[in-house]
Amino acid sequence: MGALMQISDYLVSPFSGYVYPNETVLPWSVLIVIYPYITGLVAGAFIVSSLFHTFHMESFRPVARLALLSAFAFLCFAPVALLSHLGHPERALEAIWTAHWTSAFAAFGYVAGFYGILLVLEIWFAFRVDIVALSQTSKGLMRPVYQLLTLGSTDVSEPALAYDRKWTQVLAAVGIGAAAGLHGYVGFVFASLKSREWWSSDLMPIIFILSAIVSGVAVLVLVYGVSSKIRKTPIDEQCMVGLAKVLWAFLIVTIVVETLEYVEMFYRRLEGIDMIKRLIAGPISTGVAIQAVFSLLPFVILSALLARQVRGKALIGWMSFSSVLLMCAVLAMRWNVVIGGQELSKTAKGILTYIPAIWGREGVVWAGGLFCCSFVFLWALARLLPPWEPAHMSE
Amino acid sequence: MLGKLCATTAVCSGVGTVSLQSLAAAASSATAKPEFPAAGPVPEYDWTKHRWAFGVDSTRCIGCLRCVEACKVENHVPFNPQNFRTWVERYVYLEGEDKPRVDTQADPVNIAAAASPQDYRFSNRYRDQKVTKSFFVPKLCNHCENPACVQVCPVGATYKTPDGVVLIDEKYCIGCRYCVQACPYGARYFNEETQTTDKCTWCYHRITKGLKPACVEVCPVQARVFGDLNDPASDISVFVKSHPINVLKPWTGNGPHVFYHGIDGEVS
Repeated sequence: MGALMQISDYLVSPFSGYVYPNETVLPWSVLIVIYPYITGLVAGAFIVSSLFHTFHMESFRPVARLALLSAFAFLCFAPVALLSHLGHPERALEAIWTAHWTSAFAAFGYVAGFYGILLVLEIWFAFRVDIVALSQTSKGLMRPVYQLLTLGSTDVSEPALAYDRKWTQVLAAVGIGAAAGLHGYVGFVFASLKSREWWSSDLMPIIFILSAIVSGVAVLVLVYGVSSKIRKTPIDEQCMVGLAKVLWAFLIVTIVVETLEYVEMFYRRLEGIDMIKRLIAGPISTGVAIQAVFSLLPFVILSALLARQVRGKALIGWMSFSSVLLMCAVLAMRWNVVIGGQELSKTAKGILTYIPAIWGREGVVWAGGLFCCSFVFLWALARLLPPWEPAHMSE
Repeated sequence: MLGKLCATTAVCSGVGTVSLQSLAAAASSATAKPEFPAAGPVPEYDWTKHRWAFGVDSTRCIGCLRCVEACKVENHVPFNPQNFRTWVERYVYLEGEDKPRVDTQADPVNIAAAASPQDYRFSNRYRDQKVTKSFFVPKLCNHCENPACVQVCPVGATYKTPDGVVLIDEKYCIGCRYCVQACPYGARYFNEETQTTDKCTWCYHRITKGLKPACVEVCPVQARVFGDLNDPASDISVFVKSHPINVLKPWTGNGPHVFYHGIDGEVS
C-alpha cells in the first residue's frame, strides 16, 4: 500500500523524512486557503471606498460605491468557505452563542458580524437616495422590495442627504479600523499557533493586512474595468491613476515586510531552518516563485505607469494586467502560508506534499466555485443597487 | 526561563531532573479546584479525587505494536494508516550517520510489510545495515497541564477534567480542526466517520471503572505505565520517583503529563 491514498474528500499526502502519522491528512484544505483570500478582498475594497467617503479623495468617486458592494459580496462568501469546511456546520453558531473566549478563533463571528453590520449600514446610507428613487420609479415585484429597503425613510431633502453623508463618513472611518482589524485578526488566528513554525511569526498579521489590501484594490480594478466594459462606459482615468497609487503604496510596504520575514528567518537560523529551506525549495517552490515574481513585476509596471504618467488604453491595460498578477500573487501567498505551514511537519524531521482533491467538499472545484459565486453575488447586488450613478451622490 | 518551564510542565525538561514537588503541587491544585463538582460524568466516580498520569519506559518497549492494535479496537479508531490515538516510533542510528532514521507502523514500508491494514508491524528494513543504536518510543496524547488544544477550541468542546484528562465532547465539536493544528505532538486527528476531532482519552471509560487503559493492559513488557499521582504507591508514582524522566517539547509551555524514560534529544 502506497503513502498516497484517498480518504473520502481528502488525499493522503506523500511525505519524506519523518512525520507524525496523523499529519498525513492535512487538517486544513484549499477551502482554508480561499477563506482568508476572500476575507482579504473585503479589506482592500473597503479601504478604497473609505478614501472617498472619509477622506473625500474625489478621484475614487467612480468606484466608491462599487467598492462597498464588492466588500459586502466578499464578506458574505468568506464564512461560506469556512462553513463548508466544518465537520458539523450545523453547530457553527455555537462559536457565537457559547464562544470559548480563550480561542483565537472565538471572536471571528463577532468581528465579522460587527464588520458586516457596519458595511450594511454604510451601504444603506450611501445608497439611500437611490433606493428612494428606485422605490418610486421601479415597477413590478421590485417596487415593494425597494420600498422595503427604504425602511420608511424617504426624505431626500438636502439636510437629510447631509445626514446620510455624515453617517457614511463616520461608518467609513470606523470601517477602516474594522477592515484592518478583521484581516489582522485572521492573520492572528494563524500566527498564534506555536505548534506551527511556519505560522508562528509576529509579522504574520501585518503581512495578512497588507496583502489583503493589495488583493482587494486589485480586484476592484478588475471589477471596475470589466463592469465598465460590459456597460460600455468609459473608465475614469483619474480614478485608475488613484488606484495605481494606492496599489503601489501598499505593494511596496507588503514586499518589504514579506522580504523582512524571510530575511529574519534565514538570518536567525533557528532550529528547523533546514526543513524550512526544503519546504521552500520543495512543495511550495512554485507558490513562492509566483508570490515573488507576480509581486515584483506589477511593482515595476506600476512604478513605470506612475513615473511616465501613462494614460489611456495603455494605463488600463497595464493596470488590469498588474491586478491579475497581484491577485495570483496574494492567492499564492495564502497557499504558501496555509498549506505550506501544514506541509512542514511538526516533527521538524519531515516534509509533506499536499495534493488537493478536485471534487468533493474540500475540493478545488468547490473552493473555486465559492470564489466565483462571490462575483455572481456582486453582480446581483449591482443589479439591485446600481453603484454607477454618481449623479445621485453629492459629496 | 527554566524555572518558568518547570512550573508549567511539572517536570523539568532535563533528563534525570524530576520535580516531585511540582507534580504534587499539580495534583493538589487539581483537587482543590472548586469549579468541579465531585459528581462527574461517570456515576460513582469522583473525578476530583484522582490525578492521572502516564509513563513510557522506552528502554522496555520492543515495538510489538499490540498497544496500537488494542487502542484501535478498544476505541473504534478507524482502521486506516492515517488515524491513530497512539503509535510507536522507531529510532534507528546507522553506522556513520549522526541523525536517526525514524519511522512508525504507519510508514508505507511498514504498512507493506504488514499482512493487512488491521495488522501492524515494523519491517526489518535495516537488516543489511549496521545499526549502532535503536529504540522504540510509544506516543499518545500528553494530556497537558495547559493544553493548547483546549485553549484554541472555539466552542469549548475539548476540555480538561479535574482528574487531568483532556477529553472531547463529540456531540459539541464543530469539526473545525483548529485543535488538530494547535497540538504540537500530532496527537489529534479528524475522524471522518464522526466528522469531529478525536484523540487518546487514556481510555477514560476504563480508568473511571478502575481499569487500566487498553494499551497499558496489553503491553507485554510494561513499557507503558499508568496510574494516579495522588496515590504514592501507584505504578506511575513509583515510575516517576525511580526513573530519570523527560517530557516532550517542554518549551511549548503545554506541560505534558506523559513522562518518558530512556529517550534522547532527537525524540520530539
